[in-house]
Amino acid sequence: MIVYLIRRFGQSVLSIAAMAVLVFLGVYAIGNPIDVLINPEATQAEIAATTARLGLDRPLYEQFGIFVWNALHGDLGNSFVYGRPAVDIILDRLPATMELAFVALILSVGLGVPLGVWAGLRPDSIAGRTIMGGSILGFSLPNFWQGMLLILIFAVLLGWLPAGGRGETTEFLGMRVSFLTLDGLSHLILPAINLALFKMSLIIRLARANTREVCLQDYVKFARAKGLSGRRVVLVHILKNIMIPVVTIIGLELGSMVAFAIVTETVFAWPGMGKLLIDSINLLDRPVIVAYLMLTVLIIVTINFVVDVIYSLLDPRIGLSEMKG
Amino acid sequence: MMRASAIPILAGLAAATVPPVAAQDLSVGLKSEATSIDPQYHSLSTNNQVLQTIFEPLTSQNAVQELEPLLATSWEATDDTTWRFELRDDVTFHDGTPFTANDVIYTFCRVPMVQNSPSSFTLYMSSITSMTAEDDHTLIMETAEPNPLLPTDIVVLPILSAKALGGGDDITFAPNGECEGMGDVPQSPAFNDPEIAVGTGPYTFESWNRGNSLTLARYDDYWDGTPDWETVTLRPITSDGPRVASLLAGDVDMIENPPIQDVPRIEGEGFKVVSSLSNRIIYLHMFQDPEAEAPGISSPNGENPLLDPRVREAISLSINREAIAERIMGGYAEPAGELLPPPMFGTSGRDVDPYDPERAKELLAEAGYEDGFTVTLGAPNDRYINDEQIAQAIAQMLAQIGVTVNVDAMTASQFFSRRNNQDFPLWLAGWGAASGEMSSPLRSLVASWNPEAGLGTTNPGRYSNSEVDGLIVEAMATLDDAERESLLQEAETIALDEYGIIPLHYEVTVWAMAPELSYEPRRDQYTLVSEIKPAE
Repeated sequence: MIVYLIRRFGQSVLSIAAMAVLVFLGVYAIGNPIDVLINPEATQAEIAATTARLGLDRPLYEQFGIFVWNALHGDLGNSFVYGRPAVDIILDRLPATMELAFVALILSVGLGVPLGVWAGLRPDSIAGRTIMGGSILGFSLPNFWQGMLLILIFAVLLGWLPAGGRGETTEFLGMRVSFLTLDGLSHLILPAINLALFKMSLIIRLARANTREVCLQDYVKFARAKGLSGRRVVLVHILKNIMIPVVTIIGLELGSMVAFAIVTETVFAWPGMGKLLIDSINLLDRPVIVAYLMLTVLIIVTINFVVDVIYSLLDPRIGLSEMKG
Repeated sequence: MMRASAIPILAGLAAATVPPVAAQDLSVGLKSEATSIDPQYHSLSTNNQVLQTIFEPLTSQNAVQELEPLLATSWEATDDTTWRFELRDDVTFHDGTPFTANDVIYTFCRVPMVQNSPSSFTLYMSSITSMTAEDDHTLIMETAEPNPLLPTDIVVLPILSAKALGGGDDITFAPNGECEGMGDVPQSPAFNDPEIAVGTGPYTFESWNRGNSLTLARYDDYWDGTPDWETVTLRPITSDGPRVASLLAGDVDMIENPPIQDVPRIEGEGFKVVSSLSNRIIYLHMFQDPEAEAPGISSPNGENPLLDPRVREAISLSINREAIAERIMGGYAEPAGELLPPPMFGTSGRDVDPYDPERAKELLAEAGYEDGFTVTLGAPNDRYINDEQIAQAIAQMLAQIGVTVNVDAMTASQFFSRRNNQDFPLWLAGWGAASGEMSSPLRSLVASWNPEAGLGTTNPGRYSNSEVDGLIVEAMATLDDAERESLLQEAETIALDEYGIIPLHYEVTVWAMAPELSYEPRRDQYTLVSEIKPAE
């Protein structure tokens, strides 16, 4: 267990370091932030002064060196645009994204698993075919187009829900959340559905395929032959055994939902981290871009680690010490 | 990424439902978000347009960018370098304290003391060497050199409350942030506190939920009558399609910059659309440095053909500006013959260059390029309205006279970096004259590159004519408006006669709103909440 943890930690550090280099070089290549940030009427002297203040007049290796040194001291730099620590700015936006991702996750698991199991148990029924057809749709619709369609139908045509924004927020465990007020909830529904549809389709297909496979296993046949109720067979014997791949996918997808809810956040003007990233790229706010991507790596690495632990809880045959990470 | 494409798809299905504006509450969808509540943090129109409803400057510009009194009732130049401002005596800040000359001195003193500013406001007050309060409502400003633009410059410096920010009652001005009696100067993040963000404007600052909304409330004791709205919510909706959808869904009552492709649909749903010619010129700039080798250009004789005024004229004559304005811009542009739409200050009413490809071919032949040449045209693809399409159209038009153009369009952040690095021989860009007068484009785009004098900052093509430079410098030191205007006209005419820069069109700015509202469209492209009125 300990060996595994150490190995895993080493890998994480390596991937974070590799990410730092790639991101820093990539962001450096896009362009000079001064050209975007400064008032076009500024004189050459003012441009030079601002460049020097932001440290952009130094050679690349020096800038990278300073960045690494500060990062090792826990400082990812000040945002060029907001003049505040980049990490603070991202953490300001984190609750909004987390809330969206979790609601989307609950939707996709809460609907995806039962629908998938249903379709797996009765693959040839009309319901089973409809569910599968629907999941193909969920897969293939481009996210932004699907988002616009949701806005058009539920906000513009029917007028039931707002077209975007976060609405009213309340303080909850020290974070600002919107699911506790009716107004906040109404703002949350459309973006959460938009984010959930793709994952839900994924989970439906996964659950169905696994259910069909598990149904043919001897222990399920045996359980049936023993005269156990259909409900018990499904809930205990089938469900538990299809959950391992589902949990893997949920873990991976939660990470990507938190990190890359960008399209949904942009379409619904949801003030989360993804929207911050887009805005920061447009303004070439290097410290925020770099800090965001570093934080993303951290989140994904952590989630995958947690998934590995959950594996062992679901299936006692899997021991952490044997896993190659 | 996301564009408005999804909206027209279902256009036919949409039933017109225009919800009524909730009385007294106004919600506006903006294209971008202010980066701070501190009006001295970031010199950017996005910030200015929002913060100038909370804080007010001494002078302001009206919808056609004419200078008007605001917190100052009048001003005059008593000699070449001394200005006397009379201030309003009936104004109170949001916290109830009266507005005096001391607040003005505090405000100007703080500008160079703001830390971490991505783009400082010092530009607008660095000419001031001394400020003294003759009494509470009379202020004398002195400049080292004559600066006719001083009253215009200070439009972007809205007045802060010395008391709310902890300044003394008797501040003495000194240049470069060395004023005395300033106390502990709060930095920009402190302005998130409504106790600090105290101005004299029609609306008070309530709260700012970054990325989501900025809330303002009516200031009941406003000096110029009761403001129209009880509360105002400003929402940043950066993507075009969702911004339009928010208006159509009734989430917001008004939006700025709807994509022009969507305007017919917005109008079809019963919303009101207003537009105005802006102070932004879209132009072509060319690499004209005889000393350096031009990038991205290949001609039969190996020279840079753009050094020849006849070639530059040929390029201008080959462009069908009417067609661009009508077909690509959907009528939301006007062909340009100058660097600022007439009759703004310093324009001469010069004719738009005609579309004459035959004459263009003759000119090319005269210049020895009858077989044409190949050139790269750099352009942004997300900065100006339909910028990439315009560049493509120009490439096709130039092909008609035998010039092969490779369009290199890219995202704005990359474009501006490469342009300023002199990576392009020919490029398309835009210039908004914030001051609303000719000196702005002339100083930055046309004057010779001169870091010492702060001239030619956005002239990477290095067009240079000492006669033009002389006229600009002279104009900048001429206090008499009529005389200054004729100097600017002369400088502009020389530069355009030589085709040092080729104007294409003036952009038109569009606003869309619920029919219950009215807004006078502005040349400076600002969405000023205080000017949004209930329709009569």
